[in-house]
Amino acid sequence: MLFSGGKDSCVMLHLARKAFFPARPPFPLLHVDTGWKFRELYSLRDALAAEAGMELIVHRNPDAEARGINPFDHGAALHTELWKTEGLKQALDAGRFDVAFGGARRDEEMSRAKERVFSVRSASHGWDPKKQRPELWQLFNGRRAPGESLRVFPLSDWTERDVWAYVAAQGLKVASLYFAAERATLVRDGTLLILDDGRIGEQGTIRRVRVRTVGCWPLTGAVESDAETIDEVLAEMARDGTSERSGRLIDKDQPASMERKKRQGYF
Amino acid sequence: MTSLLRLLTCGSVDDGKSTLIGRLLYDCGAVPADKIEGASEDFSLLADGLEAEREQGITIDVAHLYFASAKRRFILADCPGHEQYTRNMATGASNADLAIVLIDATKGVLTQTRRHSTIAHLLGIKSFVLAINKMDLVGFDQARFEEIVRDYAAFGAAIGIGRVSAVPVCALGGDNVASPSPLMTWYEGPTLLQLLEEAETEGAAAGAPFRMPVQQVLREGGTRFYTGTVASGSLRPGDRVAIAPAGTAAEVARIATMDGDLQEAAAGRSIALTFSSEVDCARGDMIAAADAAPQIADQVEADLIWMAEEPLLPGRQYLLKIGTRTVPATVQEPKYKVGIDTMERLAAKRLALNEIGAAVIQTAVSIAFEPYEASRTLGGFILIDRVSSATVAAGLIRFALRRSENVHEQSLTVTVERRAALMLQRPKLLWFTGLSGAGKSTIANLVEAKLHARGRHTFLLDGDNVRLGLNKDLGFTAADRVENIRRAGEAAKLMMDAGLIVLTAFISPFRAERALVRDMVGPEDFIEIFVDTPLAEAERRDTKGLYKKARAGQLANFTGVDSPYEPPEAPAIRIDTTAVDPEAAADLIVRHLLNAQE
Repeated sequence: MLFSGGKDSCVMLHLARKAFFPARPPFPLLHVDTGWKFRELYSLRDALAAEAGMELIVHRNPDAEARGINPFDHGAALHTELWKTEGLKQALDAGRFDVAFGGARRDEEMSRAKERVFSVRSASHGWDPKKQRPELWQLFNGRRAPGESLRVFPLSDWTERDVWAYVAAQGLKVASLYFAAERATLVRDGTLLILDDGRIGEQGTIRRVRVRTVGCWPLTGAVESDAETIDEVLAEMARDGTSERSGRLIDKDQPASMERKKRQGYF
Repeated sequence: MTSLLRLLTCGSVDDGKSTLIGRLLYDCGAVPADKIEGASEDFSLLADGLEAEREQGITIDVAHLYFASAKRRFILADCPGHEQYTRNMATGASNADLAIVLIDATKGVLTQTRRHSTIAHLLGIKSFVLAINKMDLVGFDQARFEEIVRDYAAFGAAIGIGRVSAVPVCALGGDNVASPSPLMTWYEGPTLLQLLEEAETEGAAAGAPFRMPVQQVLREGGTRFYTGTVASGSLRPGDRVAIAPAGTAAEVARIATMDGDLQEAAAGRSIALTFSSEVDCARGDMIAAADAAPQIADQVEADLIWMAEEPLLPGRQYLLKIGTRTVPATVQEPKYKVGIDTMERLAAKRLALNEIGAAVIQTAVSIAFEPYEASRTLGGFILIDRVSSATVAAGLIRFALRRSENVHEQSLTVTVERRAALMLQRPKLLWFTGLSGAGKSTIANLVEAKLHARGRHTFLLDGDNVRLGLNKDLGFTAADRVENIRRAGEAAKLMMDAGLIVLTAFISPFRAERALVRDMVGPEDFIEIFVDTPLAEAERRDTKGLYKKARAGQLANFTGVDSPYEPPEAPAIRIDTTAVDPEAAADLIVRHLLNAQE
């Protein structure tokens, strides 16, 4: 199960623990790391995996590591392709995993509106929209032809609101980054970033901000906000009405870019 | 939390469907500010998804869209009005409570309208909303609206559609979509959005008996937990249940969840339960109220919607998945297919992509179910191709066939084991497969002679000989080839029951049928022998002169020429006839068999 420590990850892990209760989920957690995630997410990731008593595999693409790929010098597109898309393929191949659970939802992005809950991938992890299986009722076909693997998205029919409602109802612990606080920020290419570590040697400006999704910190757009609780976050969403992934820079580097990334094997 | 309505839209791009959906999303505030730009001139952009579609301007699949009003949350399945319509519409309809049927006021009720409504009705949708669009193009005329409503009502009554509401709209201007239209003051009914907000949803029928397909069996701390989602009814600790299809009685001890034990679990709840005594219960079984058993049968009649490029082959073995159970199943020749435009029942030998028909399905073991009409969850199934693993059909069970309950297997006193023991051997099936002229009969004949010389009791079923008698009525089409192998397998199995070592020499070109025979006799007694002769070599030998005839076009459906051969992926024995002569090959096979016998 793909696991980053983000809010959707937290919901997925919680649902998996419920589904397999009283046993432990019979699979490991996998984090495809880039080295540029928020520090809070790293510690939350480790704490939650330990609490669940599940194995956590952290994979970092050795090739990207050796070349020192980073979002500032190499751009969002190359950074994402090497660290995340390639890193994920390496990790899935290394574990010879035939099924990987992800927390993606159909409401996040238009090309995901047509994604199946059980998505068939070729031996090279490619996604062919024409080869996807029809899914009727709650009957999912988990069989694979030789070489194929499955990506399974149990939260397909959830919306961002549903995720927050679940977090609230179950009292789940999520990162404080989702809630407004005074943080060091800087503006890059029109996007407000939260300075999470000292690697780029800038001081930044203190602003009251929060994020709606968490990726690599140099690629995650923050918003100025006063929302400190889930109710305030939901009220703010209803008021300003931008899409959840609007802060994700990697969605915007080329037209129909999520679709293209998925064909190449991105989650 | 507000209630959830799942709905489906029927209609085509030409009727302004994408525009209507875009408008609905926009009026409900479901369109994010960063996506509104450009959308106000063309609302259809909001409902478009895949890159290819944007380029071609058509929708090619099922897209799920999410929006909410103050009163309700909605999940909308949008399906295309063009190619693949049946497959996609059936998929979208399978989970929907309501269908919006979009009609272009300038065109009225079209063949396509009837077709889409029929599919939605077949899949069990009970509420229909007619959205009569483009009212601006007919001068917002009340008489035209009423005429279309009457036409549709007549059609709907004929096929048994129950609840129909109608609303005149202009998607482009938003008239009667989310707010009443000042241009159609003659219409005093609810807007489209109000109709959606007020529509009834089909919950699990009140008072339905308890049913839960078992998803998994977990062992924790020495106790067995049976997990699953309650499909209907409710359950309390102490309730008496029966485990279908076996019918074993049990009593519920605990209903466990991660949030603590429950005193009652109703439909929709996922639980882990324990029994007060040890019982036999596995994944795929159905736990049901003791006083209201589900239907149990190994032969059912079902409506089938064919969803694969490769058509249905009657007699071929597929996998049938219903609830949490997956079993081998064969489909008989369809009773009929439905001419979707006229609703007529037409004769059919097979079902092709996007065709709907009815057929009898035989499952390898009995399954527990409810008729689809009573429960979508317990009466809907999918068929899976054994080789490609693709989902090839959706099925809706109508009823169990009585025959399957009345024909019982006779238990006999003299068993296979006792017959075989008398012959001092274990019955086996040596299944030779390969191209015509590969050398199957030659090698099989030598093997039989060698076994006979060693005092083994054998029988050789040769493809040509069987076709002269038992299978005289069969030709060489794909469907007949499937039946040819099924009968050969059944005949071989009877002979194995008699205690014999059976040898068969059939081309048996399809993996699926060889797998069928393997499952029929049991994989441990099935020895697949691939007589591997390359096509060019078999054709060069052409011992029966058949390749020459086939190449001259005098022989249709000839394997290797105009009919495919699927070589075994993992045969027990592979004979390369270009490297080994028949004598040596026969010795090799005999050694393999005798080693397995000792």
